[in-house]
Amino acid sequence: MSNARGAPILQVEHLTMRFGGLVAVNDLSFTASSGEITALIGPNGAGKTTVFNCITGFYKPTEGRIALRHGGDGIWEELPALTDSSRRSIKRGDDALFLLERLPDFLVTQKARVARTFQNIRLFQGMTVLENLLIAQHNPLMLASGFTFLGLLGLPVYRSAEAEAIERARFWLEKIRLIDRADDPAGDLPYGDQRRLEIARAMCTSPVLLCLDEPAAGLNPRESAELNVLLNSIRQDFPVSILLIEHDMSVVMEISDHIVVLDYGTKISDGSPEEIRNDQRVIAAYLGVEDEDVEKVEAEVGL
Amino acid sequence: MATQAAIHGTAAKPAGRVDVAHIVKDAFFTTLISIGLFAPLVGFKTVTNISNELTLETRWPLMFGLVAAVVIGRLFFLLVLEPRKRAQSASARIRGAREIAIREGLAQWFTPFALGFVVVYPLLVLGINGTQGAVKWIDNFGIQILIYVMLGWGLNIVVGLAGLLDLGYVAFYAVGSYAYALLAKTFGFSFWILLPLSGMLAAFWGILLGFPVLRLRGDYLAIVTLAFGEIIRIVVTNWVSVTNGYAGISGIPRPTFFGIPFNASDQGFAAVFGLEFTPLHRTIFLYYVILLLAMVTAWVTVRLRRLPVGRAWEALREDEIACRSLGINTTNTKLTAFAMGAMFGGFAGSFFAARQGFISPESFTFMESAIILAIVVLGGMGSQIGVAIAAAVMIGGTEIMRDLDFLKEIFGNDFDPTQFRMLIFGFAMVLIMIWRPRGLIGTREPSAFLHRRKAISGAHVSEGHG
Repeated sequence: MSNARGAPILQVEHLTMRFGGLVAVNDLSFTASSGEITALIGPNGAGKTTVFNCITGFYKPTEGRIALRHGGDGIWEELPALTDSSRRSIKRGDDALFLLERLPDFLVTQKARVARTFQNIRLFQGMTVLENLLIAQHNPLMLASGFTFLGLLGLPVYRSAEAEAIERARFWLEKIRLIDRADDPAGDLPYGDQRRLEIARAMCTSPVLLCLDEPAAGLNPRESAELNVLLNSIRQDFPVSILLIEHDMSVVMEISDHIVVLDYGTKISDGSPEEIRNDQRVIAAYLGVEDEDVEKVEAEVGL
Repeated sequence: MATQAAIHGTAAKPAGRVDVAHIVKDAFFTTLISIGLFAPLVGFKTVTNISNELTLETRWPLMFGLVAAVVIGRLFFLLVLEPRKRAQSASARIRGAREIAIREGLAQWFTPFALGFVVVYPLLVLGINGTQGAVKWIDNFGIQILIYVMLGWGLNIVVGLAGLLDLGYVAFYAVGSYAYALLAKTFGFSFWILLPLSGMLAAFWGILLGFPVLRLRGDYLAIVTLAFGEIIRIVVTNWVSVTNGYAGISGIPRPTFFGIPFNASDQGFAAVFGLEFTPLHRTIFLYYVILLLAMVTAWVTVRLRRLPVGRAWEALREDEIACRSLGINTTNTKLTAFAMGAMFGGFAGSFFAARQGFISPESFTFMESAIILAIVVLGGMGSQIGVAIAAAVMIGGTEIMRDLDFLKEIFGNDFDPTQFRMLIFGFAMVLIMIWRPRGLIGTREPSAFLHRRKAISGAHVSEGHG
């Protein structure tokens, strides 16, 4: 089983998303590698969140294929066969391959184990911090409660499963240093804490791929630095790969292994942070260029 | 509108000082508005005289009396209540904490006390009023209120927990009632067999309704559930060959005491237990049956809230998209909420049919749905105790109004207080909206805790978007 770092876990190919006449994402292809942090960057309106919504099943892409693997790298051989069949996933022992564009949104998390956070935090504000983390463990708990029937009778099976879920929540609360606020409503937490809680909540679904939509938005420099530490420790301690949308370059450049740059829905660059930093097209897209250079840059970008 | 603008004007003023110019202006506008309103409504009255002509009568004294009352009330508000309110609003946070403390206290002693009270209630009434007077208190008050408590708790699952606005809840009540009435009359099944069966049938209809409306949210969902309630009522009204239409179904078998009927015969309950026959036996029995059913509803709901499915309901109310991102099948979650709510409605319906012995479509109008929803909203969405208190106040209040004979001495013999019931309900709702916008109990009890269970202030809790 080759589950080495760097082997692709997510393959996005020829992804196109149109909303009526508007092409939000245009023929985008990239891969995210196992155990790495892949960043998706680009100016506002470049289509980054649309890509996320396609990966997590909230949008059905107009065209393209989004494949995710569990387990060993060898399962990629099955991709052409799976694509030709009408099935949503294929299993071979412990390995599995999913075509995310065929799965409804909740199955992307439940079966393909892709978790996400949102650009505008979507916590359950009126529920406690602990409850937020328990809801993330809904599916295993639902199974343990015998789809409610056994749980209603108060069988020990469910009670031990719930204790386990609370333990896992406690672990994450300690990790994000919110253990003292476990019984407070999530809506009462300061902004930075809410961001971290949302990441912990996503991690409680035991994902193989964690999609973070601007986790550093609205954070001060100290909180951004803490976020870097949290994301690095998640990557080291858990078998999870991270896909990240971010504007904060101090976060992107420091922690990502691989960066994909989008502009107007098209990929303009793809590579290591060092390569991206020096890419003229990226600099042009972000900062604009001198007037006399416009034509040259346009020719380079292919406009 | 000028008055309103004036009110907002005051809010910005520093607290403690009375702004005379503002108050004079406000009083002036209040006078103008109330004259404008009362002149056509109260100032003139059309009277038919002896020769059958319509004549106009003026009632200026009454009108100016009302205007004066409004202005005095407004002045009282501006001079006394508002300064005090402004002083208090600074301590709103403290008040929130106080409310949570009150709630925790309530939970500690109120629930056991209330439970004990409802258990001994029939005996208490019997002791005070004797056999003759007790029927009214046990039947009209006890049983009636408990039916609505149960309906309120059932709807609370759908509206309060899952946040799905259901305006047609009475449909499931009707399904339960008709299921019991028809099956009992046709096949002669007993109450205890038909009770779960009607619940299941109602749950089935709940799922059936759930499927098409799952994609709808908010106002759209409310309209479709409203229509569903009406469809059931109209089908029941028009399917004469089965339901006997408007005339309703009479002679529905009454529940027996585990096979022993409540009648004056030798095999009857009184004879078997060596008691003197009185219809009160059945009433008391029915009281305990509905009490048991209501307690089962409460117990199941409390347990469900602490199970994943209950937590998912509340999460759905808070944020549906976040739910889906956590792998929760929102379709199934909504369906289970609909089905559970409908099932308890069905139980209550079959009990209702068994208790009345007669049902007709008139018992299942939209008004019933509205009353049940009002109970849930008044009680505080999601709160069991609040809903029970609201049911007791609303349904008990209606019954008490039937007895307010002394009002006739004040307002004349034509005055029938029950006719003003809806007016008073409306008024009560407005008051609740002003003082307790989150219902009687607006805080939320968390379903799990790590260190200490702390009630969550209503300000954080979402009401759901359908």
